[in-house]
Amino acid sequence: MEVRVDDVCWGVDGGEKIIRGIAMHTAPGTFVGVIGPNGSGKSTLLRMIYRVLRPQAGLVTLNGEDVWALKPREMAQRSAVVLQERPSEFDFKVYDIVMMGRSPHKKTFDTESVEDHRLVSNALARVGLTGYAERDFQTLSGGEKQRVLVARALAQQAQLLILDEPTNHLDIRYQFEVLELVKSLGVTTIAALHDLTLAALYCDCVYVLLEGRVIASGVPAEVLTPDLIYEVYGVHSEVVTHPKTGQVQIAFFPHRLSVSNVDIKGEGRARQ
Amino acid sequence: MGADKVLEVRMPVQASALPEERLMGKPSVQQGFPFPLLILALLVALFVSVTLAITIGPVDIPFFTVWKIALDKVLHITLGEWTKPQEQIVWLVRFPRVLLAIFVGGGLAIVGATMQAVVRNNMAGPYVLGISSGASAGAAIAILSGSLLPFSLYTIPIAAFLGSLCAFALVFVLARSGGRLSSRRLVLSGIAISYLFSAVTSLLTYLAPDEGLRRVTFWMMGSLSGAHWADLTLPAIALLVGMLYLLLQARDLNSLVMGEETAMTLGVDTNGLRKRLFVVTSFLTAMVVVVSGSIGFVGLMMPHIVRLLVGPDHRRLLPVCMLTGSIFLIWMDVAARMVLAPQEVPIGVLTSIVGSPFFIWLMNRKKGRDIVLG
Repeated sequence: MEVRVDDVCWGVDGGEKIIRGIAMHTAPGTFVGVIGPNGSGKSTLLRMIYRVLRPQAGLVTLNGEDVWALKPREMAQRSAVVLQERPSEFDFKVYDIVMMGRSPHKKTFDTESVEDHRLVSNALARVGLTGYAERDFQTLSGGEKQRVLVARALAQQAQLLILDEPTNHLDIRYQFEVLELVKSLGVTTIAALHDLTLAALYCDCVYVLLEGRVIASGVPAEVLTPDLIYEVYGVHSEVVTHPKTGQVQIAFFPHRLSVSNVDIKGEGRARQ
Repeated sequence: MGADKVLEVRMPVQASALPEERLMGKPSVQQGFPFPLLILALLVALFVSVTLAITIGPVDIPFFTVWKIALDKVLHITLGEWTKPQEQIVWLVRFPRVLLAIFVGGGLAIVGATMQAVVRNNMAGPYVLGISSGASAGAAIAILSGSLLPFSLYTIPIAAFLGSLCAFALVFVLARSGGRLSSRRLVLSGIAISYLFSAVTSLLTYLAPDEGLRRVTFWMMGSLSGAHWADLTLPAIALLVGMLYLLLQARDLNSLVMGEETAMTLGVDTNGLRKRLFVVTSFLTAMVVVVSGSIGFVGLMMPHIVRLLVGPDHRRLLPVCMLTGSIFLIWMDVAARMVLAPQEVPIGVLTSIVGSPFFIWLMNRKKGRDIVLG
């Protein structure tokens, strides 16, 4: 699924702009990260991509189709979204929640087919939650809940997966688990991420947002430089490639350290 | 990385891990009780309740005489005999009343369940959008205007309906902001309008002469007494049409309670759905309230109880709510007639008496998290 965001703008009630002219291109099969501080417009941008917010200017297209030319059902057949889980007063079972992912494909009088059940069972297996089918969703851990929502997205059989800060509130282990799972699916994915290290680890391409604009985009290793991080987050840092894993690691130096003890431009070793 | 790969799942199902019914393509069973059997049991209970409710009263009617009379009246098949007074009591007094209890109880219950889904709050009921307060105000105006209005059997119901229509229009207009009808604004508008109409009703009752006061109060507390066959047509049609419509929206209702944005990403036109549900439930509520006054707690309690039985899936919740709501109100009406016999207690009083401890029980129930207190 090729996603194009063309120069979109959006502001509350047409007033001050939260998104000022963002352009984005997602090649099929890639994992794209959207990063930036709070208030930079990550969620707003995603909302425009998954057709909940209408751009006041510009266009969002999926495989060339304007998302607003699609009906909600048609959109749901093309893209699946995993939002931050909200506490709900209604206690559905895990199976029922995953089955909801089939609803974009069902017409009013349709009942669940054998194929639907097969897809749901397989989705649960794919996220490693076989046997959880009859559990109450509310009784699961944060990581398990996220995985159920990913299973629901799987059952939707969409070509685009969108995740809005999927790792917030999750323990470290589950942060990795969820992103590993999503990456392994190999589907075109757009994810808003809070954590730079996770973004560097999993994204093929990142878009860095600041005050409603894209100020950098590209491969994480190239885009995430200390200068950029300082410009966006206001924190000094150093970006290294870990000798053992080859992974991009970002070390942050809070203001106190960076002024007095640490030689940032040199070897980066703190002097005691 | 395959280009344009679809979220496909191709892994084999681990056969042993899922209950049989799921593998065979049948939906799993809640707490081991097959759903069709539950419906059947409820229909039997309904039948028995209807019969018993008609037999109970100051004049006792034998069990089967009830249906003999009905058969005679409807199909003109006469089996056995009964007395004229029995026939009059059964056919003119009790049958319409019990049937009305079915339509009112069932209607309020399914509206309550739907409202809880639309505003995504378990504390919602049929009156959360102001319809009943509008109807009460309308009825109060009609009752207390007395000789000022042309008198007819339908004066009060028509006035009540106009009142509820007024309330509906006001809530609808208030709740729209930029064309979107959000759940929050619906609730807040409903509260605002309810207060407005309650104030009107209160003022009128304050200024009213004693006799009118009593009638208004009785009406507001809800009552099924004096039900005629003619009263049944509209609520019956409203319930039938409403139930069918809501059942067809059941899948979308399930998505809706998961969250506004979640429902949208599952393909639900949430704004349009809420508007349509608002219209349908307001209509059904109005039809019910106009005939029976504002009977409280049924619409609030039934969905909670039924959710315990069959879970939150609206495809099961709605039909079971309708049946249990009907059965519940039939028995509440029996109590209304018998508790202080020969005096009748307004049925709304009884549902409130039952409703209060129910609420306390609901508050104290722990299921690993606070359902009501949030």
